[in-house]
Amino acid sequence: MTEDKAYMKQLLQEIQAEKQDYSLMEVCGTHTMAIAKSGVRGLTPPNLKLLSGPGCPVCVTAQGDIDAVIELVRQPGICLLTFGDMMRVPGTDSSLQDERSRGADIRVVYSPLDAVTAAQNMPDKQVVFLGIGFETTAPAVGITIEEAMRKGLENFSVLSLHKLVPPALELIFSDPEIRVDGLICPGHVSAVIGLEPYRILAEKYSKPCVITGFETLDVLEGIVMLLRQLHKGEAKVEIQYRRVVKKEGNPVALATMERVFQSTGARWRGLGFIPETGLELAPAYEKMDARKRFNMGDIEDVPIKGCACGEVLTGKITPHECALFGKGCTPLRPIGPCMVSHEGACAAYYRYTPHRNSSKERANENR
Amino acid sequence: MCLGVPGKVIRIMENYVATVDVNGNQTDISIRLTPEVELGQYVLVHAGFAMEIIDEEAAQETMFLLEELRSYD
Repeated sequence: MTEDKAYMKQLLQEIQAEKQDYSLMEVCGTHTMAIAKSGVRGLTPPNLKLLSGPGCPVCVTAQGDIDAVIELVRQPGICLLTFGDMMRVPGTDSSLQDERSRGADIRVVYSPLDAVTAAQNMPDKQVVFLGIGFETTAPAVGITIEEAMRKGLENFSVLSLHKLVPPALELIFSDPEIRVDGLICPGHVSAVIGLEPYRILAEKYSKPCVITGFETLDVLEGIVMLLRQLHKGEAKVEIQYRRVVKKEGNPVALATMERVFQSTGARWRGLGFIPETGLELAPAYEKMDARKRFNMGDIEDVPIKGCACGEVLTGKITPHECALFGKGCTPLRPIGPCMVSHEGACAAYYRYTPHRNSSKERANENR
Repeated sequence: MCLGVPGKVIRIMENYVATVDVNGNQTDISIRLTPEVELGQYVLVHAGFAMEIIDEEAAQETMFLLEELRSYD
């Protein structure tokens, strides 16, 4: 442990000695939390910016998609199972939590497989699992769909709002309004997809990428690895999180996604509609697609007045720069999803650096 | 959302179900995504699934690599 501490100090000194202006972006809610909680952001010099990108699946879910889920649970006979993060996300005029208090059958589960058990136990209900998450979560939902198929469950379906990370990164990299010099790549998404998708991006856009873990030591190491590449003018993909991420990713998980899903266009909060960035059920599993079973149409996105989650999600502004931050929008009464999800950038800032004028921002203003 | 916690595989049962120990708490998870996992190995647990097998030796590797690079600076 002492060794770790000394090593961490070395890494931190190297980061603090940085004189160049660089913007590094992370695209994983768990990184957002790790950076906020460990205080790393406050320890980096003002010329080194740590941005949060579209890395929180709940936050990037489009308003219209949330409204569609709310409309679905209002139908009689539906039991919706979801991960807890979705419960408080505000739709245009309600949330899943509000709907539950009005009598809708909505249950929070930890594993998607719990939805299969629920469907077996409640043959008179239509059990819908709300599939949300990136490549980390999609394979688990894929296995669940196959399991339900094997059991021949007629009352089970999945509403897939799954999204893919690499194409969203491409959009960020190609947006002239967003400055990203290096990417702190998501550890657990990468455990599934491996190194290859980033290699293509790193080469095309000349941005170094480092697949990073979630301990403070991991984050510091990841930042140092990026800075060293930047100094040398390199744009390689490196893996810092070697204990979990393999170069080829998880082939079983990738094959599962390949079997059960196919790519489709998806709407992202802040980024809009992007072709081939969502996952829908493949034709062989189509009868378990809730969207088709319940004839769900597309609901238009109604922007939330004054909410800047879209800009926050793309790193264009920091949560502190949103006019609603802390004034009207708080974790207790969130207006936008970035303040709801435990891993949202606004919630992380609110919890760990609630004041607009942190010492770093003051330093920035004085420059 | 992509949160994962390490757990030690302490029992492997039928149908790709295993019991893991996460900080003293035991829970059953699916090992369909890591079918090759062996008893005693650590896995990354996410949403009731073992997402990946954790390689403890590799964990040390990055650290040594960086140390090495430093000595060339």
